[in-house]
Amino acid sequence: MTNPAVERYLADYRAVEGRLPGALLPWLKQAREEALARFAAEGFPTTHHEEWKYTSVAAIEKQAFRPALAGTAAPADALPWQLGGASHRLVFVNGRYAPALSQLLPLPAGAVVTSLGKVLERSPQLAEPWLAAGGGSFADLNTAFLSDGAFIQLGDGVAIEAPIHLLYLSTGTGLAMHPRNVIVAGANTQATVVEQYVGLNGGAGFTNAVTRIAAGRDARIEHCKLQQESAQAFHVAAIQSVQSAGSGFTSHSLSLGAALARNDIATRFDGAHCETTFNGLYVAGGRQHVDHHTRIDHASPSGTSREFYRGILDGNAKGVFSGRIVVHKDAQRTDASQANHNLLLSREAEVDTRPQLEIYADDVKCSHGATVGQLDENMLFYLRSRGVEDDLARNLLTYAFAKEVIERIRLDSLRLRVEEMLISRMPSREQLKELI
Amino acid sequence: MLSIRNLQAAVEGKQILRGIDLEVKAGEVHAIMGPNGSGKSTLAQVLAGRENYEILGGEVSYQGKDLLALAPELRAREGIFLAFQYPVEIPGVSNVYLLKAAVNARRKHNGLPELDAMDFLALVKQKMKMVEMNPEFLYRSVNEGFSGGEKKRNEILQMALLEPKLAILDETDSGLDIDAMKIVADGVNALRSPERAMIVITHYQRLLDYIVPDCVHVLSQGRIVKSGGRELALELEARGYGWIEAEAGTTQSGAVK
Repeated sequence: MTNPAVERYLADYRAVEGRLPGALLPWLKQAREEALARFAAEGFPTTHHEEWKYTSVAAIEKQAFRPALAGTAAPADALPWQLGGASHRLVFVNGRYAPALSQLLPLPAGAVVTSLGKVLERSPQLAEPWLAAGGGSFADLNTAFLSDGAFIQLGDGVAIEAPIHLLYLSTGTGLAMHPRNVIVAGANTQATVVEQYVGLNGGAGFTNAVTRIAAGRDARIEHCKLQQESAQAFHVAAIQSVQSAGSGFTSHSLSLGAALARNDIATRFDGAHCETTFNGLYVAGGRQHVDHHTRIDHASPSGTSREFYRGILDGNAKGVFSGRIVVHKDAQRTDASQANHNLLLSREAEVDTRPQLEIYADDVKCSHGATVGQLDENMLFYLRSRGVEDDLARNLLTYAFAKEVIERIRLDSLRLRVEEMLISRMPSREQLKELI
Repeated sequence: MLSIRNLQAAVEGKQILRGIDLEVKAGEVHAIMGPNGSGKSTLAQVLAGRENYEILGGEVSYQGKDLLALAPELRAREGIFLAFQYPVEIPGVSNVYLLKAAVNARRKHNGLPELDAMDFLALVKQKMKMVEMNPEFLYRSVNEGFSGGEKKRNEILQMALLEPKLAILDETDSGLDIDAMKIVADGVNALRSPERAMIVITHYQRLLDYIVPDCVHVLSQGRIVKSGGRELALELEARGYGWIEAEAGTTQSGAVK
């Protein structure tokens, strides 16, 4: 049985393999080909697959994307997307590192912040453990075609004050991009990484990103993902973290763009006393489809996890939230909570929310709650009875709903950016801006 | 100022107001009393424009305008203010946003320039002093976690800021201790003026010791069954509502003879 989409990707690989970074590294070639073989065997997931029950990727499968190669036209500057305040900035255009648009501040000794492409050229052994095949069809496709990405390594005790901003700009229609980011943080390290995806020129590209994070003992790692791809674009991304004892990992996922966006975010506690916070906001209208699948593996005792996801769905948009928490047999004294609240702004919008708790230990504290609702009529009437216009009242209540998630973003520049983006989608944005 | 003729309204198919007639002139304070379920709150909500009440008949003229044709926000901008019996909690919306939006919507409607942040803050702090509210309440979410008394004071604060022409106070005394009630009543009395009218809805006459009405009306089974002066309230306090219902031929069972 041949699948035309799979055949196409196999042919694409044969055509470009010599031009992919690290093409001369035997171990990488082996990883790529192993991943490609797995992908060929599995194909794209279908809605019969439990993890893809509510999200069809047929539209991605159908379209013949071209692998993005080096040398695509770059925008003149990255100014509009800069974070306010000091930051290290790595810019990628169509998945490839763009040094002219990037800017690194001085780094402390023991810190490496660079592109994966450079690492594969100069010291590939650093990256090898993080580029193995596996992780599902999309991750395998990423490994097979991985072109570039960020490589961040922090030696024990290294703290990077300024946020590290990974800015992915996509300019073209019909391009497939497979960025791979690696963040390896030693013991007692600290860093904040902002991974931002921006679609320019309304192009209908396909981003298939994988970010792997290892947080060492007592490390404090904060990861912020901001997805604002073009309205026609497809975005699939996996963020996989592994935590050592005493570490803290915070993930913020803010998904506003793309026709179809799927985020898989996972962490695993490999030592005692780990903490994690998953904070997320998805906003979709029109015919957008946005899916978050999160997974927290309490694989060690005395771990704490907190998960807060909120969704705002308008038009004919569809949202999916699946939050799995697995408390393994030996993970006693686990404390886990999860909340997912959804606001439907139209009759046609819909959401599927699915908390999944699997508990194999007995001394645990776990809670979860999910709601789907509309704007509160009593609140609306109260505001209107004070002279506030209906539209503005609706926008104000929608903003208030999102605020709880937005306020958890500690990085001021990013928090303001997200708030601005949310408000700019609203009909009464001008009045709302004046008010708040 | 306000003229209500044969107003009939229903909620979820159940008729609550069965023909209300009421005239309120500028400068007057009218008290509307009545047992639970008589339609007092419905009348307040219908006047403020709550959309889930169905108007079955009658008309309401406010300053010569057809009130029932106006959206709630337009009624507010035209000077109608409802102090809610149960002020709504709005998590995530600061009290100051609401107050500023309300004041500026009213000013804009009246052709006045909107207040800037400084002027607005000065005004709001002055009014907060009047109702003995701590300025920190400005930055808390609207009514969220406020005590009963704080919620009612917040209503009076909004009223003081908006300077309505017609204020409707829906059971503003419910759930208040005597001290809180005095503060609320002082706030209301400070706003009494020859240009302003008030409708004070209450179950107990106690509030009327502090806010002295010009007229008292008794509502029963969706109709005003008796009107009188202040003394009517005292009589109700002494004798309850039963004698009036018997006199008017209405009973609590819902049947109208």
